[in-house]
Amino acid sequence: MDTLNQLLIKKGAEANLYLADWHNRKVIMKRRLPKKYRPSKMDEQIRTYRTIHEPQLMHEAKKAGVPTPTIFLVDLANTTIIMEFVEGKQVKQLLSEVTENKRRSLCVKIGELIGKLHENGIIHGDLTTSNMILDSEGKIFFIDFGLGEKTRELEYRGVDLHLMKRALQSTHFRFTEECFEAVIDGYSKVVDVENVKNILNKIKEIERRGRYVAERKGERK
Amino acid sequence: MMEKKASDRYCLGIESTADDFSVGISTFKGEILANIINAYTPEEGGIHPREAARHHAEVASKVLEESFIKAGIKPNELAAISFAQGPGLGPCLRTGATIARALASYLKIPLVGVNHCVAHIEVGKLQTGAKDPITLYVSGGNTIVAAFDSGRYRVFGETLDIALGNCLDVFAREAGLRQKADMPFGAMVEKLALKGKMLIALPYTVKGMDTSFSGLLTATVNLLKKGKFKLEDLCFSLQETAFSMVTEVTERALAHTEKKEVLLTGGVAANKRLQSMIKGIAEEHGARFCTVPSQFAIDNGAMIAWTGILAYEQGMVTPIDKSFVKLRWRLEEVEIPWIR
Repeated sequence: MDTLNQLLIKKGAEANLYLADWHNRKVIMKRRLPKKYRPSKMDEQIRTYRTIHEPQLMHEAKKAGVPTPTIFLVDLANTTIIMEFVEGKQVKQLLSEVTENKRRSLCVKIGELIGKLHENGIIHGDLTTSNMILDSEGKIFFIDFGLGEKTRELEYRGVDLHLMKRALQSTHFRFTEECFEAVIDGYSKVVDVENVKNILNKIKEIERRGRYVAERKGERK
Repeated sequence: MMEKKASDRYCLGIESTADDFSVGISTFKGEILANIINAYTPEEGGIHPREAARHHAEVASKVLEESFIKAGIKPNELAAISFAQGPGLGPCLRTGATIARALASYLKIPLVGVNHCVAHIEVGKLQTGAKDPITLYVSGGNTIVAAFDSGRYRVFGETLDIALGNCLDVFAREAGLRQKADMPFGAMVEKLALKGKMLIALPYTVKGMDTSFSGLLTATVNLLKKGKFKLEDLCFSLQETAFSMVTEVTERALAHTEKKEVLLTGGVAANKRLQSMIKGIAEEHGARFCTVPSQFAIDNGAMIAWTGILAYEQGMVTPIDKSFVKLRWRLEEVEIPWIR
């Protein structure tokens, strides 16, 4: 590949991210490296599938009005995606640094963007605050659609938002409630009342399915 | 057995959250003096909570006696009694709790209610020397990826439906395998999988850091019933798929938290294939791989005794009138004041 100065910036679980020069442009190379723990046939299938679907979903998301990095090249042979480098700050860091008001407005905005995705039949699949970047113009970019899916099923939307809530619980446990409430407020701006109600009920159902949840079968703690 | 010192203090822990009844005795310094485990093996089908509870009540006095003999101490030498207060099966939990309350009031020593999942992590740390690990806890009832942050163990990933061990157990039962006392279903599937060669495509479900096994189980059982594939190949493919899923989410949590240790525990931790997968990702991220010895990885009384000591030393005791069992007591609800 005609790239120079590759710099490993994130050794993720699923892929390595490199900052590189590509035709005089600052780009992110997302390379899904083989996972030795999986059988190679299964590993290849998973990596190829995700490398194809991620750019497709990112493109769809952009059409839905959700900022995502522009895709420059999909190199299937190397299970690598070359995309725009978005300069900005991870929402994960921001949430604990900013004021309560700012935190709320960020979360409302995030909720709106999730709503836009869902309204257009896109499931992100890994909604965590590390997968959201705020750029200097105040736009929130969604990244990492590797676990995403194209579906309008209520179940998937429910799980998507449930994951958002779980991410808030594990990483932003000090303000999980206020953040998730704000996310739903933003979501409700885009999704109609009836659907929001159905999805909130779905989330409750998903939570009850989990292990050892107090709400399950109406049992008390 | 270790030599007894006059200064030694002891705690006895009772574990009875599911199919095992176990009593452990530990010194306050973390020397495990006894860890007697008595498993209930159903004739057929899964664990019936009432039947398991009846088993626990039947074997309790025998197990208690054995543990005192093994530890070489007398009941009146105990400083505290701890018990698994949850999460788990109601009738089983209540049997253990009743025995713990009786002992504590008879001996006039403090009672300490312990969270079963916390205990798995704590005894794992004690046995492996891990200080601040990402824990993958996989058993018949739990599939949890957790790590400590700001006073509690936070759950980063978990199953959205059934537990990994449950998935393997149900498949084994559907395949007509019979569980023996020294050969649990998981070990049978592992043995068969070793002879499997063909990888059959099965649903691979990872959602963020969570996993789901119910679809995988249904698909594998359906293929089994069609009779087109060898049982060995199905076991192999089921294991490869399910283990790859938990390994992927563990790696995600590891990359996210950047911890330097990975602790593998729970009944399924005994599986060599799973061990090698988790070891692989630990090495990849420069983290130390710690696997918990089997008798401390399965449900056991020693972990309850040890965690009881950690809690007791922080002044956490459970008055008898507040010692009701908590069937769905989540890991992240428990405050962990003994770390930092």
